[in-house]
Amino acid sequence: MRFMLILAATVLVAGCAKPRNDLVVVLPEEGGKVGAVVVTDEKKRETTLNTAYASARSDPPGFFDRSSGMKAGPSSADEVKQSFGTALAAQPARPVSLLLYFTEGSTLSDESKEVVDRMLAEIAKRPAAEITVIGHTDTVGNDTFNDKLSLERAQAVREILIGMGVPAQNITAAGRGKREPLVPTADNVNEPRNRRVELSVR
Amino acid sequence: MNRSLTSLILSAAAATAFSTTALGDDVGQIKAAKGAVHIERDGQKLPATVGEKVRQSDRVVTGTDGSVGITFVDNSLLSAGPNSTLAIERYAFDPTTHAGAFDTRLSRGTLSVVSGKIAKQTPGAMTVKTPSAILGVRSTEFVVRADDGVR
Repeated sequence: MRFMLILAATVLVAGCAKPRNDLVVVLPEEGGKVGAVVVTDEKKRETTLNTAYASARSDPPGFFDRSSGMKAGPSSADEVKQSFGTALAAQPARPVSLLLYFTEGSTLSDESKEVVDRMLAEIAKRPAAEITVIGHTDTVGNDTFNDKLSLERAQAVREILIGMGVPAQNITAAGRGKREPLVPTADNVNEPRNRRVELSVR
Repeated sequence: MNRSLTSLILSAAAATAFSTTALGDDVGQIKAAKGAVHIERDGQKLPATVGEKVRQSDRVVTGTDGSVGITFVDNSLLSAGPNSTLAIERYAFDPTTHAGAFDTRLSRGTLSVVSGKIAKQTPGAMTVKTPSAILGVRSTEFVVRADDGVR
């Protein structure tokens, strides 16, 4: 009898609450790659969504169900747009990272001058663009020398950008010395591919 | 006048950009804002205009006609549609190691997520909570709708 009462009360409470209708849809990345979202529901059940347009929704309440058949979530870009169009339209532009190379010291290579132009175009596209300039060196010399040189390279690029009209306060420059070589080498190796500046904008 | 204030905020952010983020640091910036959008911080309502900084513990709220797009220092991109409430519950990021933690809560509305360096370095270090689930992010793009049970 008591059991029946509890059951009735449970049904009543469940009936009063409007069913939750949370939904998650995994999207393919540019280039078609798909990552994963691990959904953990209120009962600690896990569902891994790792294919394009895989979705899960809380239906019935508290139960995250991998969608299939009648419960299928949006399964195409168009269907996602119907429910999430406004949120997707507000998505900021993808951050872009480009590499600049140096002949020696803080002198840019010729190809790198074109890269600067590409970066200026990316900056112009973005409202409130934030630019980071990170200098790197090859492994010739000690840390003190390379920390200073990498920062000089970053600052040289920062000055170039400022000279081209990018507001100084939007550009952050830093040097990482020889800590992050693009091409791993032994110490004291002259490697042009490691003498670079990473220019990023978001 | 407003412009110089924004510049001041930007340069302050630049000074801290290369140290691990801590409480009170700027961790993101508004890049798109339409309609009614505001930030709730320490019980105050701040305007959420383009260029405005976002911090840990902020809540970003959009109205019926509102939408907002935010970039974070690890290059995560979050954008919310109308009638949304998004809380930045925790944000920590080390730009040298890319280690970090990024916990958000979408209590209502719609959200699109492009994960950044935090989720790439440590799968699961970025989470989005909805009223009925926790989403652990493994370097991906996805959309979420949170139903607050009201409408």
